Amino acid sequence: MTVSEPRTPHAVSAVTDAGEGTDEERALFESVIADDKRIEPRDWMPSAYRRTLVRQMSQHAHSEIIGMQPEANWITRAPSLKRKAILMAKVQDEAGHGLYLYSATETLGTGRDVLNDQLIQGKARYSSIFNYPAPTWADMGAIGWLVDGAAIVNQVPLCRASFGPYARAMVRICKEESFHQRQGFEILLELMQGTQAQQEMAQDAVNRWFAPSLMMFGPPDAESTNSAQSMAWNIKRFSNDELRQRFVDMLVPQAEVLGITFPDPELAWNEERGHYDFGELDWDEFAEVLAGRGPCNAQRLQRRRDAHNDGAWVREAAAAYARKTAGRAVEGAAA
Amino acid sequence: MAKAENSKFENRATEAAGHETWPLWEVFIRSARGLSHVHAGSLHAPDATMAVRNARDLYTRRMEGVSVWVVPSAEVTASDPDAKGAYFESAQGKEYRHASYYTKSEGVKHL
Ligand SMILES: [Fe+2]
Ligand SMILES: [Fe+2]
Repeated sequence: MTVSEPRTPHAVSAVTDAGEGTDEERALFESVIADDKRIEPRDWMPSAYRRTLVRQMSQHAHSEIIGMQPEANWITRAPSLKRKAILMAKVQDEAGHGLYLYSATETLGTGRDVLNDQLIQGKARYSSIFNYPAPTWADMGAIGWLVDGAAIVNQVPLCRASFGPYARAMVRICKEESFHQRQGFEILLELMQGTQAQQEMAQDAVNRWFAPSLMMFGPPDAESTNSAQSMAWNIKRFSNDELRQRFVDMLVPQAEVLGITFPDPELAWNEERGHYDFGELDWDEFAEVLAGRGPCNAQRLQRRRDAHNDGAWVREAAAAYARKTAGRAVEGAAA
Repeated sequence: MAKAENSKFENRATEAAGHETWPLWEVFIRSARGLSHVHAGSLHAPDATMAVRNARDLYTRRMEGVSVWVVPSAEVTASDPDAKGAYFESAQGKEYRHASYYTKSEGVKHL
């Protein structure tokens, strides 16, 4: 053991790129992956593994943070005090998810300030789903049921991701997500038991969110470029199409309970496959939204930037106060 | 994005960031009386008081804890991960430290 290690701000957790590694280090990494065990931050890891994780985890964190916006817009307009409280708790959870993931990403040696700058400068990606508008109260139901529902299907296998801090953050997140999905389902159920106008509002929201929620699993397997390597590293456990199928199979019986339909004429049970068939998705639209040309991209990013700038005085004041009180403590000790 | 636009934008972002990053804290939570504090994750905060408050909001929104510890990440000294084998294998070959090593007393009650 070295006598003392450098006490950088990330001393316990993070080590930045450690190059090619020795034969022994590479063998240890390979055996941990082969045994389906967890890599921890201070272990040697291939730089491509580190890069892949930083990209995926920070995109995931950004999605949670941007994902607060469509629902936060509705907190003041929620139809009852109960629904306001629920929505606030959900939005607060999403902030928490973002922070768990940023803190896990930091163990890979990329600081929060860097990640935050990438987001507000428009250089980072986040889930394209949050670039769609949420114009009615029923959208709160459709988002909880479909968007959080798809997120759960995506995230449950990530609880076994090979990078320890990511997997642990996902366990925490998954525990909280099921409330999100259920409260959304309940909003829709209540609307479907209401007036005809309320039923139509619920159906309209589901019509708009169905296809985008299916696209949350990413492009079809044939076009998914990073998938094979991520599977080999035990970061990803199932392919995009497998997860999408799982989601559709889960949704159809739930829609029957709601008495809601999906805007897909090809949606039908396939006896032979033992799965529901569904229609081709509009991948051109997906590419457009991902490239920044969706209905709300500019608005979401501007809102995030404004929030960051509006909070600057709070961060500065807190830092100044911390400096002042630390200075006093030193003076006190010297006296 | 055009170059000029980009650089103007970056200026604004750095200005707003205040050139200052709050230190990183490691958070430990005692989930119930009688149990140890366990590492929950980390967070940024300007000082210890704020770190405890942020930790409460971030890691105990559903009564996951009855007590919170925060430690500046920079103050934690860790063992060297590269020395894993040499540093931790001293227990190897010392099976006599475990009760299961002593088999001759098998069948004798309360032993
Ligand atoms: Fe979330
Ligand atoms: Fe959620």
